[in-house]
Amino acid sequence: MKILYFAWLRERLNRGEEDVSPPAEVATVADLIDWLAARDEAFAHAVEKRALIKAAVDAKLVKHDASIAGAHTIALFPPMTGG
Amino acid sequence: MSVRVSTESFDPGAEVNAFLKAANGAGAAVTFTGVVRSRPDDPITALTLECYPELASNQLTAIVDLASARFNLLAATVIHRYGTLGPGEPIVQVMTLSPHRDAAFKAAEFLMDYLKTDAPFWKQETGPKGTHWVEAKTEDDVAKARWE
Repeated sequence: MKILYFAWLRERLNRGEEDVSPPAEVATVADLIDWLAARDEAFAHAVEKRALIKAAVDAKLVKHDASIAGAHTIALFPPMTGG
Repeated sequence: MSVRVSTESFDPGAEVNAFLKAANGAGAAVTFTGVVRSRPDDPITALTLECYPELASNQLTAIVDLASARFNLLAATVIHRYGTLGPGEPIVQVMTLSPHRDAAFKAAEFLMDYLKTDAPFWKQETGPKGTHWVEAKTEDDVAKARWE
């Protein structure tokens, strides 16, 4: 699956996207964040305050307990500042 | 109901005129334009908006549908730009049409309150002291919560 990063999360990670293949037990957005954090210290540091990380699964805004089963694109980003 | 997310600049006056032309005798149109702010005590030279266009389009459509149903709107348009903008340039335009002004005003406020927290744009300001990401404001969450 493809992961997209935006705003300061993208800057801190120094990448806007990456392709990953998490194992089957990584079932939710929260699991994915934990799994990504376990393999990358910079990522773990950037997402330390979990409440500041918002997520979308296939371009739909979701909460961290949402399933990622069968998802093509997951986006992770800071709180939005539109308008 | 119409939603537009684009890097292209837009002409707020022309947008209002086109919206009114299609109003077909409805009693009340409210239009709001958000522009890039720069004050003497807090000058900025540029505002860059990062965007996730696919999600923005989905979110804006959902927000407009929500407002239309809640306030029985006859029409609603949201235009939102991203990319790098200068002071005074329009960022966002919200237009609502209803038989009466109360619903049109309320719907425009509702749309803006939802846009602030639920539309995937991220603002970065550039000024004399450099560039920084604009932090999400608690007031914006409070403003949105009053509709829930």
